Amino acid sequence: MLREGQVRIPSGCAISGIMNKKGKCFNGGDIINSIAVMHERSNGLGGGFAAYGIYPDFKEYYAFHFFFDNSSNKEKTEEILQQQFIVVKSEPIPTRKVSSIKDVPLIWRYFVQPKSKLIRKINLTEDEYIIRFVMTVNSELEGAYLFSSGKNMGVFKGVGYPEDLGDFYRLEEYQGYIWTAHGRFPTNTPGWWGGAHPFALLDCSVVHNGEISSYEANRRFLEMYGYKCALQTDTEVIAYIFDFLKRRQGFSPEMISATVASPLWQEIQKMKPSERKLVQAIRAVYGSLLVNGPFSILVGSKEGMIALNDRIKLRPSVAATKDDFLYVASEEAAIRAVCVQPDVVWAPRGGEPVVGIVEDMTKPKYSQREEKLAINS
Amino acid sequence: MKSYILPDFTIERDNTRCNNCRVCIKQCSYEVHFFDKEAAQVCAEEANCVNCQRCVVMCPTRAISIRKNPNQMRTNANWSEEAMKAIYVQAETGGILLAGMGNGCSHPIYWDHILLNASQVTNPSIDPLREPMELKTFLGRKPEKLAIKNGKLKESIPPNLELEVPIMFAAMSFGAISLNAIKSLAWAARQEGTFFNSGEGGLHSDLYEYGKHAVVQVASGRFGVHARYLEEGAAIEIKIGQGAKPGIGGHLPGEKVGKEVSETRMIPEGSDAISPAPHHDIYSIEDLRQLIYSLKEATNYEKPIIVKVAAVHNIAAIASGIARAGADIIAIDGYRGGTGAAPLRIRDNVGIPIEFALAAVDSRLREEGIRNQVSLVISGSIRNSADVVKAIALGADAVTIGTSALIALGCHMCQKCYAGKCSWGIATQDPNLVKRLNPQEGQRKAANLLQAWKHEIKEMLGGMGINAIESLRGNRLMLRGLDLTEKELQVLGIKSVGE
Amino acid sequence: MRALDAKSLDYKALNIKIKSYLSSGIKELVLDNVNGQRFIGDGLKGNCKIIINGIPGSDLAAFMDGPTIEVHGNAQDGVGNTMNAGTIIIYGDSRDTLGYSMRGGELYIQGDVGYRVGIHMKGYLAKQPVIVVGGKAGDFFAEYMAGGIQIVLGLNLKQEEKLVGNYCGAGMHGGVIYLRGDVDPAQLGKEVKKMAVTEEDLNIINKYVVNFAEYFKMDREKIMSKSFIKLIPYNKRPYGNLYAKW
Repeated sequence: MLREGQVRIPSGCAISGIMNKKGKCFNGGDIINSIAVMHERSNGLGGGFAAYGIYPDFKEYYAFHFFFDNSSNKEKTEEILQQQFIVVKSEPIPTRKVSSIKDVPLIWRYFVQPKSKLIRKINLTEDEYIIRFVMTVNSELEGAYLFSSGKNMGVFKGVGYPEDLGDFYRLEEYQGYIWTAHGRFPTNTPGWWGGAHPFALLDCSVVHNGEISSYEANRRFLEMYGYKCALQTDTEVIAYIFDFLKRRQGFSPEMISATVASPLWQEIQKMKPSERKLVQAIRAVYGSLLVNGPFSILVGSKEGMIALNDRIKLRPSVAATKDDFLYVASEEAAIRAVCVQPDVVWAPRGGEPVVGIVEDMTKPKYSQREEKLAINS
Repeated sequence: MKSYILPDFTIERDNTRCNNCRVCIKQCSYEVHFFDKEAAQVCAEEANCVNCQRCVVMCPTRAISIRKNPNQMRTNANWSEEAMKAIYVQAETGGILLAGMGNGCSHPIYWDHILLNASQVTNPSIDPLREPMELKTFLGRKPEKLAIKNGKLKESIPPNLELEVPIMFAAMSFGAISLNAIKSLAWAARQEGTFFNSGEGGLHSDLYEYGKHAVVQVASGRFGVHARYLEEGAAIEIKIGQGAKPGIGGHLPGEKVGKEVSETRMIPEGSDAISPAPHHDIYSIEDLRQLIYSLKEATNYEKPIIVKVAAVHNIAAIASGIARAGADIIAIDGYRGGTGAAPLRIRDNVGIPIEFALAAVDSRLREEGIRNQVSLVISGSIRNSADVVKAIALGADAVTIGTSALIALGCHMCQKCYAGKCSWGIATQDPNLVKRLNPQEGQRKAANLLQAWKHEIKEMLGGMGINAIESLRGNRLMLRGLDLTEKELQVLGIKSVGE
Repeated sequence: MRALDAKSLDYKALNIKIKSYLSSGIKELVLDNVNGQRFIGDGLKGNCKIIINGIPGSDLAAFMDGPTIEVHGNAQDGVGNTMNAGTIIIYGDSRDTLGYSMRGGELYIQGDVGYRVGIHMKGYLAKQPVIVVGGKAGDFFAEYMAGGIQIVLGLNLKQEEKLVGNYCGAGMHGGVIYLRGDVDPAQLGKEVKKMAVTEEDLNIINKYVVNFAEYFKMDREKIMSKSFIKLIPYNKRPYGNLYAKW
């Protein structure tokens, strides 16, 4: 049977995210309880989590999470790692036995720093260097899959129901300030752990619900800029779109929203001239990054969390706040499971981003640009 | 505006035979024939003629014949008469071209490129007339494992439909076709031990007596869907799509929404009955699961749930998702499937042939090890019993027939079902036309068709040395491809003739 | 009256219990600690009453045919899906596709409702379903409406908030919508006509506002003191000229 990446496997899903705006860390118990409520939305063929702030002792190092098919794949990969990186720590990711989680690959993590003279030699930023490394490993190294590559964050995923995977990865032992989760309902038997979500690149992680219709148009646009869509999943493409718009174009969350969930022309016509001019230009230039069809996504990064729906709201999402906590999930019940009495609960409109920014970040990238738009509100 | 559109047909009346009895005038629902007082004879307004053949068949002296308009436009290989006519029509109306019946484009008909096997010497063929020949088929979910305790079945298997012949009548709604037409099919289904399908228009109260042989449909417009409707049916079908118009909703023109249709559907009389393209409670695969289980909960898990989709590019993954979403039966309708009304460009350009869809889905479900859990029903122009046999050998459990069934009732394929003027009393709600189809006669013809095909299927099975339909299912060695490319053979999963 | 703790019950187990209680003749059932269990009241008949404390899961009361359901909390997607008869009272908000293809019965929502609410509503002669929304409604409200009555009250609207979203009544070809307050014509589907209410309309509105005020302990007169408008389809065949016969 073809593996994810060799074939495109459309999926439906459940998503949930919890963040503490003050950057205060809490364990993974809540996110597991939250995603478990939406058991019916997934089918046991994929689940996963992204957690931010979990590796404070190694926060200066990139935390690489790997799946290996076997130990010889692992040895080969480690050899390459040693050539290009200073590896300060390597260990198997701790797991516990869970009866429903089967066919477990080798799961290892490495805390690394790229060798600086290598970077200087090819004149790349450190982030670019990591991205190239991730792309190369995942497209060229057989039996090895690098699925988490950010600093002080990590992705934990696999084949199974998300609540079982949370238990398997012992997530209650980690402390993070943002947690996102995903329960998958693929229309196929992927059977491959790498195909599960979240999908992550550097510290940007994406969980997503829905099957987008613009996949190929988005993918072909991104490939012009060096992205390799190895998995053929919507989530991967969305992660690259965010990376492209945020890191390379310096877009604010609102401008990213206006690109991927552009307001309808009817709405654009009603905008103030300066705003209209900007949105029109975004749509004219980045029309190929409009994500069309149903989606509800949660994008995590070290600075915060963005939740966004397609512009005619074909997928559900509910948001809530309680003190310093922000919650977003496919169903309100998933929030109530961990926060019985929120201060505010609302259903965001289609195309209207819910943006949570961690306040004590020394230099929050999201607010450094001047455009403060409420484009879709 | 001067119309440039020429009549499609010309009517030849043999005046030596015509005795001006005016039967044709009475029979023509399209107002073609009229009595010209000055000429003192019956004449015709040819522009109105759709070539439904009603007058030809009914003329007591056989005086009428209808021919394609012999006039020849200046065409070339690219610009056919039809291509030009479409543009004249749209230039004059500004409308979406609306067509009836299935895609009639000249693409290959793959059934006709597949040939069946027969036994010779090495194993015996079986005499189907005198020896047992079993066609009984169960449609529904099968458990992964039978629960057996002390040599007895501990848990009965999930609800299944039991068919005496692996052919059901396709979904055709009350609204699209007349009550007499549905009654004919319902009776024949009961008589022959199979099922008819309500389509998406609800069940007229006269049809509840056939409930045990009805598949009741739930489509995006949810017409006539209520607790009793769900309970009365033998199975519930969620209609996602239809081969004639994948990605497009249903649209019953107001001409066909008379009092009874209006009542059954609970919409204003004379309004168009709109079924949007999507179910607005299904935007993703997990939503399909929600509706499937909503229906199961509402009927206490007593009915198999069918999910019907059109054959489209990604059909294998879609079917796998449907199986995993909890459907018990997957129905797939190919791009030649019929319809009462579909936009012409959609009908002729969207979707894929059922032969490929079926082969791809059956193979994929087998690769994933879940083919035995669900049943596969296919449709999309099954024209005869050989098509049925080929479909089952490719991997279907059963087929449904729509157009063939209507032809049995008298349809002459004029393809104007959307006009509501069907002169054969089938695709109409006009009481004067509806009564032209006598249900007693209709039911006999529909049942005869099933019987005839049943006999033929047995003949073909016997020839292959098979006496139970199960042994044909997915038995692709019984098939060979004729005049097909390597790739086509590969997707169909069959060998070439001579191999 | 009987109480049932839904905590740690999945939807299948919960619904089996509900059905067995009701079939044993219990007329009123209280469900506590409901959180996300789907299909409650699905296909239920008769005149029983279910009181839900918590957040019921999606497709609450789908295909329901008679009972009354009270929800003390917000409801999720698909409440009253293809419901035939009965009453649902929600002391909170409700999300998307509330009352999809409703055929009969009444829905009262104290707060706001999501996208595509009251779409495909049916109606025939005396059988006219009703939805009354206390707050505001999202985009595509009453899309494809073919019958019935939908009322949006817009109580406690904040500055700049709108009663209904965009594409209100798109594809409408039957039934009537009443809005308490005005609507920008640009928000309406092109099939919809805005009109002044008549005395007869006000009587109809009042009939349901009386119930609304009673359920949610509000002042009926105060609700009725603001002016209403009505939306009806221009004609019952909005797409009559869209097609050319081939």
